[in-house]
Amino acid sequence: MELRKNYFADQRKDDLHEIGQPRPRSDSPGHVTGKTAYFADRNFPGMLHLKMVRSPHHHARIRSIDTSEAEKHPGVVKILTAKDVPHNVYTILILIQIGPEDETVLADGKVRWKGEAVVAVLAESERAAQEAAAKVKVDYEVLPAVFDMEEALKPGAPIVNEYHGQNHYLYDSGECRKVRFGDVEAGFASADHVLEQSYQSSPIEHAPTETTGCVVAPEGNDRFTCYTNTQAMFFTLDNTSIILQMPGSKLHFVGGTVGGGFGGKVDVIVEPIAILGAKLTGRPVCFVYSREEEMQISSPRAAEKVVIKDGVMKDGRIVARKVTGYTDAGAYSRHSPYGAQKGAGHYPGPYTIPNVWIDTYCVYTNRTPSSAMRGFGVTIGDFALEVQMDKLARLIGLDPLEFRFINAYRDGDMKAHRQPTEGAALIECMQEASRAANWPVAEKYLAMSSYAKGA
Amino acid sequence: MAKVPVQFTLNGAEKAEFVDSGTTLLHALRDKIGDTSPKGGCHQGTCGACSVIIDGELRLSCLTLAETCNGATITTTSGLSEGGVLHPLQRAFLDAFATQCGFCTPGMIMAARVLLDHTPNPSRDEVVEALSGNICRCTGYEPIIQAVLTAARSNSQHAA
Repeated sequence: MELRKNYFADQRKDDLHEIGQPRPRSDSPGHVTGKTAYFADRNFPGMLHLKMVRSPHHHARIRSIDTSEAEKHPGVVKILTAKDVPHNVYTILILIQIGPEDETVLADGKVRWKGEAVVAVLAESERAAQEAAAKVKVDYEVLPAVFDMEEALKPGAPIVNEYHGQNHYLYDSGECRKVRFGDVEAGFASADHVLEQSYQSSPIEHAPTETTGCVVAPEGNDRFTCYTNTQAMFFTLDNTSIILQMPGSKLHFVGGTVGGGFGGKVDVIVEPIAILGAKLTGRPVCFVYSREEEMQISSPRAAEKVVIKDGVMKDGRIVARKVTGYTDAGAYSRHSPYGAQKGAGHYPGPYTIPNVWIDTYCVYTNRTPSSAMRGFGVTIGDFALEVQMDKLARLIGLDPLEFRFINAYRDGDMKAHRQPTEGAALIECMQEASRAANWPVAEKYLAMSSYAKGA
Repeated sequence: MAKVPVQFTLNGAEKAEFVDSGTTLLHALRDKIGDTSPKGGCHQGTCGACSVIIDGELRLSCLTLAETCNGATITTTSGLSEGGVLHPLQRAFLDAFATQCGFCTPGMIMAARVLLDHTPNPSRDEVVEALSGNICRCTGYEPIIQAVLTAARSNSQHAA
């Protein structure tokens, strides 16, 4: 590896001596000796196992739930339904005032996606819990479901989530997050070429090798220790406190050791119901997803659709960009209103465009709720934007890398969301990439700098 | 349910347990004996996190019934270091930044150990092949491959 320290040397105090050097990780000795304690490595005498009865339908009303046969199954200790959960309707981001509460811990009267948790069974063994869960009888009235975001936004579409009242999140800015900068229509009118393209992606599962789960131990002093692989310890603790109507001082969360997360373990899913089970039985409880649940139940990266319309001049300048982005939240919000909002700020990309119009929608459908995953809200957008950039370059007959130099943002440029650009290093990165990839560009681009235009 | 007696040698020590018929070796090791170094990632033989060595062969403990291990000699990653000194493979994984979340690490080390037992100086392709049943979702494969090659080199230097 070659390290070029000359770039931005005046903006740095260190000499980057750590870069490219191996450094021991503090957790590695535990990993290589098998001593690292993951949540599932805790075992307690008398520990119960929790299994969920899940909805086989994408959208249905629950007429009745009959747990009588399941209760008689050998080894069953406790069966929980919605009425057992103190504050059953919650939403994770309520902690930062992003509501309304729109998701049930256990389904109450209705299911909105295939796999939704309806009844929790606690038993002496995993097998007994699984067998008893199969004996729970739920009578469903199947409702029309909607799986496509644009269908969901049409008038007359089945309403997925009554807590919202319509199939999109309602921002303080209205039905979508909006960015308005310059005059996008005037930009298109002045452009030599206009190109509109649609891009879309499917949900992506993180598939960590360690599945989502927790082990809860009642401590005897009315406190509960929860060993968990959550990636969001305090979000989970605070949401659990709300859901169980239990002061946070009663909850001791032990975690930080996660067998792969990638954003897939930031939702508050297993801990509240497992702690409730421990509270109501007085026994330790283990709730761990099977591999099938990890793939089907845990939230994936959202499916997205991005429509990009660009106006471009023959000399390579992009003069107008209009983007409509759709984020498929699935049946519940989780982190998706935030993801869609990030997209609104991000869609101009690292390019300076004088006229920008962006609308991003967080849409509800009867699909598995989506949530965080590495760069959620912007990753799919970047794919779309950079494919669009290549298409634009081809359209006007420019080299795709030179086309990016022409439009690259530089320090001092105003971004569409009114944040002046600082610390841009795109030009310098592209200059090095041009050399490293042996993709030559004209000398004038190698003479450019992020510091100042014309430099 | 009638229990089945099982007796085997684990990392040099005699172990005896009564298990339910059908209990996996993974369950017996982790929940009965308390050796949690093999991990349960998929419980269907696809991720390799539960890999252990039985009588010199690499095995998936999630697909091995405990009752079939009577009289066997079993090695897990927790039994690899001797007298507090790390095995060359453990040392190489530590030095080469070959762990991230660490969940696949014990299984990777087991697979690498069996490779080096049979092939002391493997080629890179042989290392890749030997680790092909072990999934690392942090996708740190390159440092893992390098660690195994480094351990092989340090072994051969030691022998010379």
